[in-house]
Amino acid sequence: MALIKKLPTDLKIDFMGRRKFFMAFSILLLVMSVVLAVTRGLNFGVDFRGGILIEIRTTAPADISSLRSRMGALGLGEVSLQEFGSPTDILINIQKQDGEEKEQMAAIELVKSALGAEVAEYRRVEFVGPKVGSELMKDGIYATVFALLGIAIYIWLRYEWQFSVAALLALTHDVIATIGFFAVTQFEFNLATLAAILMIAGYSINDTVVVFDRVRDELRRYKSWEVYDVLNMSINVTLSRTILTSFTTLLALIALFLFGGEVIRGLSLGLIWGIVIGTYSSIAIAVPLLFTTGVRSPVPEDEEENGEEAAGLIEN
Amino acid sequence: MVQFPKWQVFAIVGVLVLGLYYALPNVFKEQTVEAFPSWLASDQINLGLDLRGGSYMLLEVDLEAVEKEQMTDLVENIRSILRSASIGYQNLGIQEGGASFTLRDTTDEMVSRVRSMIAQIDGGLLVTSSDGTFSVVYNDQVRQQRRISVVNQSIEVLRRRLDETGTKEISLQRQGENRILIQVPGVTDPEEIKTLIGKTAKLTFHLVDQNADPYSNSAPVGSQIMLSLDEQANGQPRRYVINKRVMVSGENLVDAQATFQDGQPVISFTFDSSGAQRFARVTQDNVNKPFAIVLDGRVISAPVIRSPILTGSGIISGNFTAQSAEELAVLLRAGALPAPLVILEERTIGAGLGEDSINAGKIASVIGMVLVVGFMALAYGFFGLMANVALIANLVLIVAVLSLFQATLTLPGIAGIVLTIGMAVDANVLIFERIREEIRNGRGPVMAVEAGYKRAMSTILDSNITTLIAAVILFQFGSGPIKGFAVTLIIGIITSMFTAIMVTRLLIVTWLRRRRPQTLGI
Repeated sequence: MALIKKLPTDLKIDFMGRRKFFMAFSILLLVMSVVLAVTRGLNFGVDFRGGILIEIRTTAPADISSLRSRMGALGLGEVSLQEFGSPTDILINIQKQDGEEKEQMAAIELVKSALGAEVAEYRRVEFVGPKVGSELMKDGIYATVFALLGIAIYIWLRYEWQFSVAALLALTHDVIATIGFFAVTQFEFNLATLAAILMIAGYSINDTVVVFDRVRDELRRYKSWEVYDVLNMSINVTLSRTILTSFTTLLALIALFLFGGEVIRGLSLGLIWGIVIGTYSSIAIAVPLLFTTGVRSPVPEDEEENGEEAAGLIEN
Repeated sequence: MVQFPKWQVFAIVGVLVLGLYYALPNVFKEQTVEAFPSWLASDQINLGLDLRGGSYMLLEVDLEAVEKEQMTDLVENIRSILRSASIGYQNLGIQEGGASFTLRDTTDEMVSRVRSMIAQIDGGLLVTSSDGTFSVVYNDQVRQQRRISVVNQSIEVLRRRLDETGTKEISLQRQGENRILIQVPGVTDPEEIKTLIGKTAKLTFHLVDQNADPYSNSAPVGSQIMLSLDEQANGQPRRYVINKRVMVSGENLVDAQATFQDGQPVISFTFDSSGAQRFARVTQDNVNKPFAIVLDGRVISAPVIRSPILTGSGIISGNFTAQSAEELAVLLRAGALPAPLVILEERTIGAGLGEDSINAGKIASVIGMVLVVGFMALAYGFFGLMANVALIANLVLIVAVLSLFQATLTLPGIAGIVLTIGMAVDANVLIFERIREEIRNGRGPVMAVEAGYKRAMSTILDSNITTLIAAVILFQFGSGPIKGFAVTLIIGIITSMFTAIMVTRLLIVTWLRRRRPQTLGI
């Protein structure tokens, strides 16, 4: 009945031997992410950019090009329209208007009157002032940095410093790669996306911890082994765990992405990408970085090296 | 780990039963729950504005405007002191945020005399002078206190105004130093709310300077040109030259009501005793002169005083409709805002979108659940089923905790629950994989289960705590709906540790004892 039995158990994949390849791939990924984020930029949503967002449901399938030309004629600057999940749902993005709050409200009224009778329902009307937008961005950056540091400190307390450094670098890798993902796809980058990035940091570390925990145990257990071999073995032994835990979470997230509605599509997509990249970085970046930072077996206090028993004693 | 003391079994079962009890009201319709006897748990999950529809507004109290106004008052104060003492000065005005002027007589004696005169205006003033040029500011402590009291007073006034609308469940929260968050569930057109917060509603009564020409470009010292609130037939507002000195102000009002006079909507008002005295004195001294009623710097009307008004009550007539008269009466009753409010952020979500979001969230949760449950059952067989029981228990507990603590469930919050569904079985995967490993190493069923739980524990704790760190920071920094995501995640991480570790262990250990299987089948 349990299909899990069919999975191979004694894998001996040489992950460590390919570490230079992984490293090169990741560096390329990061460089491209940064370059794209700078040159192409992110498609910031109204949360960060400031401005006005209106979601309408029309009485009949909307004629976007006619709507677009009518909106363009209002003289409100840049106005973008897109279909949002169904032909009767339209998202209207309007740039921030010059002037005070009054001018923003006036712009909303102007759009409402220009839309007129086609609109069956105003589903959302959002206005975010530029001040709030930049603050939200600042808070988001702080939150991400604090989360990464908080996790690194925790890992440092529980393990050796090398684990903490490796985890911090791997998580930063995931965060930057996710920003790159949004730069490539140009999916809207909003508050929910930022939350997703933060959670990727919090979730991606799970897989890393699974391997790290094992590495720590095995280093104590096989003190005479080469660290290189211990790392390789640890990845292999925990591989099914690393992949299966990510897989179950992915299952739930795919359901969320497909059925959770347009509003949180960005959030679920960010999480999906983050979990894939996080699983990769746990195996291919975090553990090899342990080797690079020179993690070592603890100095033996006495010469007892009785596999099972020694491991059992050290268990907390 | 295979041993279970009796109290632990009771504790685990107890938590689950309590969870069911508190989650239960969510199964019923709201009306059904309201009819529950009072001793029964009846709190349902509190839905956020993005799910139930409503308006969210973030306001900022314009403290700069208040400081500027205070400086203007200070300048006028200094002017009148110096004038009444017949001391010569020049260049009196606001400079670099402080009141500044230069004395004509710059002897030390005169400088110290003026210093002590100014110090008497307010104990919190900081006076500096060099070569007869003075600079006067309020010290930081006084300014700080004022800021706090201005924000508090603003919240107070807003609350009184919003209470008048009769809309239920309006929430007003202070955010940071000078911000106020207003949340109004169910309201999809916030115009009414906005007219209530958009006006400072500062009402003042002034004498009109009849000698000056309202159409000249500048007014005489001590006066100012003001426009009327309504427009004349030609589309232009009327112009008045108003004496700056406030004769009576809205602070002294005790009541204001919209009513009718000669078929026209008007507002009747009543002053408190000190207001009534001043009003009586002014009207006595200025019979047959126009008396301007000014609201937020615009003249409502300037009726001529026919006879002294000694009762302390009167009528404000103007170009009102029944509705605008009612609105103004509400504003006057609630009092003036000490500072203008600026809307920084406004989000209105229609009830339709909210409902769609709830439905989409439900569907996504169910499908996510089915996928995960199916996968666990296929992958781990009997053990997978145990994990699935725990997963369902976890959902019940999340709903129970959300209802019990009345935490707000938002759309990202639903995403958090779905994410938790995926993450909750992670702990079980870790445990089961460890058990498989122990079996491969040749342990018997009981020992393998024992070791599996024990050894997986530190990994599970570490991975959940790190996720918890991220979730707590997200809660701390996140705003609005995103906070909701953090809330469900935090709850979900904690409840899933309980269900994935304790509940599955109890189930599996009970099964081991009853059946005493030779192999575990995973």
